[in-house]
Amino acid sequence: MKVRSDQFSRLSSEALQDEFLREALARANASFQDARGDAIDSMPDWEELRQQAHEIKNRAIENLPEALEAFEENICSRGGEVHYCEDGAAARDTILSIIRSHDGTSVTKSKSMVTEEIALNDHLEEAGLSVLEGDLGEYIIQLAGEHPSHIIAPAIHKSREEVAELFHEHLGSDPKADIPELTRVAQRTLREAFLGADIGISGANFVVSETGTIVLVENEGNIRMSTTIPRVHIALVGIEKVVPRMEDLALLLRLLCRSATGQRVTSYISFISSARTPAEGDGPEKLHVVFLDAGRSRLWADPEQRAALNCIRCGACLNFCPVYGSVGGHSYGWVYPGPIGSVITPHYVGIEKASQLPQASSLCGRCAEVCPVKIPLPDMLLGLRAKAVEAGSAGLVERFSMRVYSLLARSPRLWRFALACGRPVYKLAARAGLASLLGGPLRRWSRTRSLPLPREQGFRSWWRTEKKRGDADG
Amino acid sequence: MSEGKQAKIFITCLVDFLFPSVGRAMVKVLRHYGVELEFPSGQTCCGQPAFNAGFQGQAREVALHFLDLFEDSEAVVSPSGSCVAMVKEYYPGLFSEDEELKSRFDELASRTWEFSQYLTEVLGVSDFPGSSDGSLTWHDCCHSLRGLGIEEGPRKLLHSLEGADFRELEDSKECCGFGGLFSVKFDEISSEMLKNKLACIEKSGADCLVATDCSCLMHMAGGLEKAGSEVRTRHLAEVLAGALDEKAAGSQEESLP
Repeated sequence: MKVRSDQFSRLSSEALQDEFLREALARANASFQDARGDAIDSMPDWEELRQQAHEIKNRAIENLPEALEAFEENICSRGGEVHYCEDGAAARDTILSIIRSHDGTSVTKSKSMVTEEIALNDHLEEAGLSVLEGDLGEYIIQLAGEHPSHIIAPAIHKSREEVAELFHEHLGSDPKADIPELTRVAQRTLREAFLGADIGISGANFVVSETGTIVLVENEGNIRMSTTIPRVHIALVGIEKVVPRMEDLALLLRLLCRSATGQRVTSYISFISSARTPAEGDGPEKLHVVFLDAGRSRLWADPEQRAALNCIRCGACLNFCPVYGSVGGHSYGWVYPGPIGSVITPHYVGIEKASQLPQASSLCGRCAEVCPVKIPLPDMLLGLRAKAVEAGSAGLVERFSMRVYSLLARSPRLWRFALACGRPVYKLAARAGLASLLGGPLRRWSRTRSLPLPREQGFRSWWRTEKKRGDADG
Repeated sequence: MSEGKQAKIFITCLVDFLFPSVGRAMVKVLRHYGVELEFPSGQTCCGQPAFNAGFQGQAREVALHFLDLFEDSEAVVSPSGSCVAMVKEYYPGLFSEDEELKSRFDELASRTWEFSQYLTEVLGVSDFPGSSDGSLTWHDCCHSLRGLGIEEGPRKLLHSLEGADFRELEDSKECCGFGGLFSVKFDEISSEMLKNKLACIEKSGADCLVATDCSCLMHMAGGLEKAGSEVRTRHLAEVLAGALDEKAAGSQEESLP
């Protein structure tokens, strides 16, 4: 997918003008927040469970190479085939050649962010295949020619009216259809597509190495369909999705469902360890697992940032982020929005293409507070800011002012002198309302906020006077 | 209880420059409890502007200056949650490659307190003497709340004031949108966050918004003023110092014949 993360400022500015988007975000975030709140209120040991999950994921990621090998051995022993792809291009080609080797022509896809990462749909369609998104939200945005704006709720930015209009245009349904009717229309269309498809492509929420199992979590049943009905199932999986033991999964699933939608458990959780066995009545004839690296091993090699690979993609950090809540997912300019997106996007697409993202946070810390696996997201954003400075990407003015700042901040006399000189200048600017004319930071501040006026002597002078008086009294 | 307690105060650059009354109020309250205070005159800033912008080298230099001034203190007290969070949460990490320095910063961190924390956790104050007029509401500043775990302490203090009409703020844990340079680098997003916060403040119906961080207060006060609101803003220290004044005035009246 084309990266536009370096345009965050412009994209977010446009998003802020979109009245409907802001209402939709406010509504969605409030309901996600409430649902999560209710779900974890019933779990008094929530914090303890988060800590355990944090440790499980840490260990899993630490032993990633071994866990991947074990997974491969186990799933291959039952006839599965495993492919490793270094980047998006390799993954696209691998998937296309798998499809060709099975003479596939029509593909149904279940919801998967990693397929967005490699822009799989475009590639397959260009190669002449028909590709249909099976998840309702994904289907809506596929019809609209857009991209998901949320990790678990891809069409959260679309209103019912827009969807009705879209379905009317593409499927001939009633332009005034209500939500149940729209769902029925989608169901009819998709059901037929599932029955006719020869290739099913999915992602994976987890893969378990000790058993060689792919785990898929959903509510609509489209994943079950696209991994069962077509002749071939291809799972595209980021290498960080591997967990060592089935036992670990019990906890991670509890945390994932509650953090994502506030459910105790989703409607469907599929455990797939092989293609159809002779004893089974249905299922695909062949199972392929395509592992994608695409920046992950680079991130893995960075001890300060590695914890970003612990993410289980619940979306809670988005739902609680006031920045995401103001500007929506498309402003982030690539696949993953919100705090986790601001951390991983620079690693996956290159910091130079996403330099604004780590800056676009007030560091309020809500994301880290709700993350079910305790990823210290604000600290990681700070780490990325430091990396950017080390790499020399800060502007000349900023570098110079930071030099001056630190020189002043460790030279008390200079500091006091600078404050004494700055005081009248600042006062004049603030009082005369010059700030809006001066431009720069003061102008940006004073568009929506008054500048504070220093009305009295500084604390330092007061303390000196006070002390003198005290000494005289004593 | 606080007999013989000593503390060095770190007043912060913002309070020194723009909100000296907050510093004076903190001094008044701490002295009321008999804490002997010292103001190291070489103090400047905690280094957050550099640190948050990614200039860790510069932040380290500022941190070392802070260590120089405050290392030999029984306690360091400051009226700002975010500056204290810088000292406690981030200073040690900046020196993770120098064991000796890191342990000195760890030690300093363990003796550094945000004002309300020092009051409630070190001095053990839960009932604050004095009274307050009008209605108050409380905003949880992000670094105080999530960095330092300050939540119940200040609420208890405000509740204990005689005559105080305390009203919980809706979404009080939601960021006001300040975030240092974020507020000017991404001023539109920051303003949107501020707008939501101001709506909650107005909705609370309180006359006065109280918080424990002057930077967030400056941001919200600026927004309230620009919007022509009647709601005043006060740092917790100012409210408490004011309560002591009321009490003094009250006892004087009582002693009159």
